[in-house]
Amino acid sequence: MKRYILQRIGFMLLTLFLIATLTFFLMHFLPGTPFNNPEKLTEKQIKVLNAKYGLDDPVALQYLRYLGHLVTGDFGMSFQYEGRTVNSMITTRIGPSALIGFQAMVFGTIIGLALGIISALKHNSIYDYGSVTLAVLGMSIPSFVFAALLQYFVGVKLGWLPPALWEGYQNTILPSFALSVTVIATVARFIRTEMLEVLGHDYVITARSKGVAEPKVIVKHVLRNALIPVVTMLGPLAVSIMTGTLVIEKIFSVPGLGEQFTLSILVKDYSVIMGITILYSALFILIVFIVDLLYGFLDPRINFKRGAEA
Amino acid sequence: MAEPMLSVENLHVSFQTKDKEVRAVRGVNFSLNKGETLAIVGESGSGKSVTAKSIMRLLPKHNTKVKEGRIIYEGRDLLTASIRDIQKIRGSDISMVFQDPMTSLNPTMKIGKQIIEGLKTYQSISKQEGKTKAAEMLKLVGIPNAEERLDAYPHQFSGGMRQRVGIAMALACNPNLLIADEPTTALDVTIQAQILELMTDMQKKTGTAIILITHDLGVVANMADRIAVMYAGEIIEIGRAEEIFYKPQHPYTLGLLQSMPKPHTSRTVPLIPIPGTPPDLAKLERGCPFAPRCPHTMKVCHYFNPEMQHASGGHSVSCWLQDKRTPKENLPAGVGVV
Repeated sequence: MKRYILQRIGFMLLTLFLIATLTFFLMHFLPGTPFNNPEKLTEKQIKVLNAKYGLDDPVALQYLRYLGHLVTGDFGMSFQYEGRTVNSMITTRIGPSALIGFQAMVFGTIIGLALGIISALKHNSIYDYGSVTLAVLGMSIPSFVFAALLQYFVGVKLGWLPPALWEGYQNTILPSFALSVTVIATVARFIRTEMLEVLGHDYVITARSKGVAEPKVIVKHVLRNALIPVVTMLGPLAVSIMTGTLVIEKIFSVPGLGEQFTLSILVKDYSVIMGITILYSALFILIVFIVDLLYGFLDPRINFKRGAEA
Repeated sequence: MAEPMLSVENLHVSFQTKDKEVRAVRGVNFSLNKGETLAIVGESGSGKSVTAKSIMRLLPKHNTKVKEGRIIYEGRDLLTASIRDIQKIRGSDISMVFQDPMTSLNPTMKIGKQIIEGLKTYQSISKQEGKTKAAEMLKLVGIPNAEERLDAYPHQFSGGMRQRVGIAMALACNPNLLIADEPTTALDVTIQAQILELMTDMQKKTGTAIILITHDLGVVANMADRIAVMYAGEIIEIGRAEEIFYKPQHPYTLGLLQSMPKPHTSRTVPLIPIPGTPPDLAKLERGCPFAPRCPHTMKVCHYFNPEMQHASGGHSVSCWLQDKRTPKENLPAGVGVV
């Protein structure tokens, strides 16, 4: 187990290194530089700025310098905002993103599980058809459409919640909900299918034949086994939430990382793009890792010492 | 004679599919005394498993329907009992061993817990008592290092071992009746004998009655007190094991016996198969369901389904050949007379 974790951490660092390298070079191969703005800056000014930020050095040298800072946990200085470090920008902006992302994940998982479980238990009933229809809608309609609908109906027409901006807790509700739609739909569909499959397994009949009461059969035998594959879905879902925040934060004017990210790409703020990319990648890799560990914990048939065992 | 412990009376069970009704069990009658072993023998789809599962009320609710009949267990009709009462009876009074030990144990629950779970549902016992009892059961069914094995998961056991666990689980509460639904079908032949021996052994120790469901007459030879032969959802012949083996009265029973290899006959003597296939239970025609495959049909067989004929000693058969109006010279060789 320990060996497995260490090995995984090694691979995670390697993956991060590759992502950082790839992003760095791709970014620098894009035409233009952060200060390439002849309308506002004279040639001399551009030269001075490039020299100040080290952009006149060969790309390879810049890359090595960046890596040197990166290993100490320093993402460098922003090009757009003078005197601000990327680290400080991330720490001030990660709060709102994390909050709506977390809320969306928790809320989506709970609602999704509830819908899917009811669906499976009332298979082929009106509840089942209703929640399957909802799930299909949720999966096929992009979250920004829901965001706009929510803003218009809940925010403007009904006036229940603020349609945008970031002034208090009530501002987090609509963006979280818009983000959670995909999670609800995916989790609901997944748990429904898994539960229906497990319900048909012999061991469920065995449990009933022992005189175990039905609610206990559902929780301990059906749900316990149906949840295992659903857990693996949580990784990709977390990623979809992270990418979802890029758009959702823009729509709801949430001062989060996603909004900063889109802004920085527009002005080619190299170090901020790098910083946020690496942060998102690291989060993603970490989530996948946690999900894998959780999977092994939930399914006794998985053995970390010798890899998977059926 | 005392009241039987269990009696199944005129049981009719149907499966509803999209556009048709499959009449899986059509008027099954039998009874079982304390400590007795009844084998229900028949081909796949003859309704034996459905009959067994009806007793435990384990049939899927959405597409099965018990259309008629009563299942009386110790004076109570199990078919009309509340689900709470049924849950009390399951495991503690009547329990079940299933066909495939590879799928009938929960893969994510420790063996010990799965045994204790059955214990806990009807008697409140402490964790330690449960563990002791579970280990005792595992020892009883011949699993070495029982205490340690309580913490093992099913995938760490072989098929035969899992079936032993299944039996331990079923017998943990000393049930009055154990229903074994093809308990050896999924196992290797050598393991089959061990499991059957274990079941006989356990019966001696606990005095439980057994309903043994199988398609293999060879399996029941040493174990069963009585045998019921099912065909197309009906019991077509029922009687004491010796009678069924040595004086079969139904051509189908005779066919089953003739298609079975015997150790003392020469290998060059070919086995005699029963021609044809069982009828489609969704579109049964009138007459005896076995008539299309029967080598001894008479005209009446195609028009009327024979009634059960009860003879002395509890040997009953439903076949027109055994009707008192049938001339005795019509009886084929090998078929006994009521």
